[in-house]
Amino acid sequence: MPSDAHTLDETARQIRLLDLEAVFRAGAGHIGGEMSAIDILTALYFHTLNIDPTEPARADRDRFILSKGHTACALYATLAMRGFFDTAELSTFLQPHSALNGHPNRVKVPGVETNTGCLGHGLPIAVGMAKAAKIAGEKWRVFVLCGDGELQEGSNWEAAMAASQFKLDNLTLIVDHNRLQQGATLIDTNDIAPITDKFSAFGWASRTIDGHDILSICNALDASQVEPEHPTCIVANTFKGQGISFMKDRVEWHHKVPSRDQYEQARRELEVNT
Amino acid sequence: MMDSAQTLHDCRDAFVSSLQDAATQDHRIVAVCNDSVGSSKLAGFREQWPDRLVNVGIAEQNMVGVGAGLANGGMIPFVCAASCFLTGRALEQIKADVAYSEANVKLCGISAGMAYGELGPTHHSIEDFAWTRVLPGIIIIAPADPVETRGAVQFAAQHTGPVFLRLSRVGVPELFDAGHPFTPGKADVLRDGDALTIIANGTLTHRAMHAAELLSRAGVEARVLNMATVSPMDVDAIVAAASDTGAILTCEEHSVHGGLGSAIAEVVVQQHPVPMKILGVPGIFAPTGSANFLLDEFGMSPDGIQQAGLSLVQRKH
Ligand SMILES: Cc1ncc(C[n+]2csc(CCOP(=O)(O)OP(=O)(O)O)c2C)c(N)n1
Ligand SMILES: [Mg+2]
Repeated sequence: MPSDAHTLDETARQIRLLDLEAVFRAGAGHIGGEMSAIDILTALYFHTLNIDPTEPARADRDRFILSKGHTACALYATLAMRGFFDTAELSTFLQPHSALNGHPNRVKVPGVETNTGCLGHGLPIAVGMAKAAKIAGEKWRVFVLCGDGELQEGSNWEAAMAASQFKLDNLTLIVDHNRLQQGATLIDTNDIAPITDKFSAFGWASRTIDGHDILSICNALDASQVEPEHPTCIVANTFKGQGISFMKDRVEWHHKVPSRDQYEQARRELEVNT
Repeated sequence: MMDSAQTLHDCRDAFVSSLQDAATQDHRIVAVCNDSVGSSKLAGFREQWPDRLVNVGIAEQNMVGVGAGLANGGMIPFVCAASCFLTGRALEQIKADVAYSEANVKLCGISAGMAYGELGPTHHSIEDFAWTRVLPGIIIIAPADPVETRGAVQFAAQHTGPVFLRLSRVGVPELFDAGHPFTPGKADVLRDGDALTIIANGTLTHRAMHAAELLSRAGVEARVLNMATVSPMDVDAIVAAASDTGAILTCEEHSVHGGLGSAIAEVVVQQHPVPMKILGVPGIFAPTGSANFLLDEFGMSPDGIQQAGLSLVQRKH
């Protein structure tokens, strides 16, 4: 997979355009958190993950869970770009009987590992996957992407303790740290800071990176960065709505849908940003 | 399928305005939520009483536990969250901390049923009657329109003990006159007939009424009961329906397993067996689609309900 910054940035830009179009057409979606996660998804699917779109269920594949399942459309656009299915299928997003539901469904969409949408489920499942690899003596790795607001769910902290107890150095949690949740900032709701210190206290190797610098995401995800016997937590500093000026860092774009004018403007901005 | 001439109401509006009225009267009333100020329409409540709005963040188990603690401390908590997460995620808290402890907590399941449509089965709450109905001591109410919603909120505010208000956001027409009193545990006869009884609640009541009109045009007169209270059941109304009309058709925005229809069947088989048909989500995870699309898809358009009524009547002895 390509590892130069320009190619990866270009891929992320294409994914943003696909996502924007699908949300606009469907008249629904969670575009803010999609834009904040797309650079991370690009690093994973176009650099880090050992996966094969022609054989999505290959036993030795790396596993990825989009725990913040409300940003499903970004995952669909990424999977389509990576060749898991045709990008044309994105036009069915949210249509009656479409495989592309508002939250990812592993039974219907190739490349999805588990059905998410209820926040706080991904990390426990990831712990199970990583433990399975350990029991079987397999080399594959497990990655999970959580929202920062999502970390308010207690299930994450039960899983964090288990991962550390089980010495799951094959597990990496990426936190999409856009500082916003559904209705407000985290600071005004339930400020979980300091995130890295909390994970460190739970026995994880944790660090902070720029979640919109794809190369630094790739570097942080590299196997060479893993601390033996410790799970990894990467707090990726991001912006909701990244890439579209009027959406950036604005809480109302959690699930707002662009008007036609806004859609045209967003397209122009994403097309210029090559 | 909807009658486009009718004005449709989002019952969350009646819910919050009556909650705010109740909170003005009774200073013990507080609202508890999970990053759901917007979806529970609590912005006005927060503006008026910032200290009485407890937003615990995205943490439903904590939310229900905190609600039980607030009740112990003398408050009257209205715990408001998407019904799927409130009942699914926090079920053990609902069982042990609220029902078993007889805590004075009002559980407000917002956007229940398939209101979240395309967001899919994680967000559908079509199991919540079944999950809460087996817990002793929770009064379960699914209002059918804004007037009934208002009555249910007023009742919950005054009643001491656990209440589960199951609310939708899907538009419904006004069915009751403004002064219509809400009586917990009592069904309303919306229409009388002798060929069969259709029993519904929530978003299905107006569809059931529409179906009864279609049946009437086909010469089949149906009694229609609005049964907002799912626990405790209005046993007398069910037995009367069975003995007077000889057949019962139930409709609900819930799984066909364990919900309103099941609760009615428990009464019917034990007290007055007659043929029944239970309409609802047929024991599957719904495909992608809006709430109204899915209701139609599962045979609960007015026409679908009419068809089910006609075949049920054929089965009468
Ligand atoms: C258990 C559960 N509770 C509530 C929700 C509703 N919900 C969907 S997205 C969201 C906010 C998520 O915020 P965050 O994790 O920060 O995601 P992001 O900012 O990346 O969109 C909430 C509360 C849910 N999906 N699951
Ligand atoms: Mg966030």
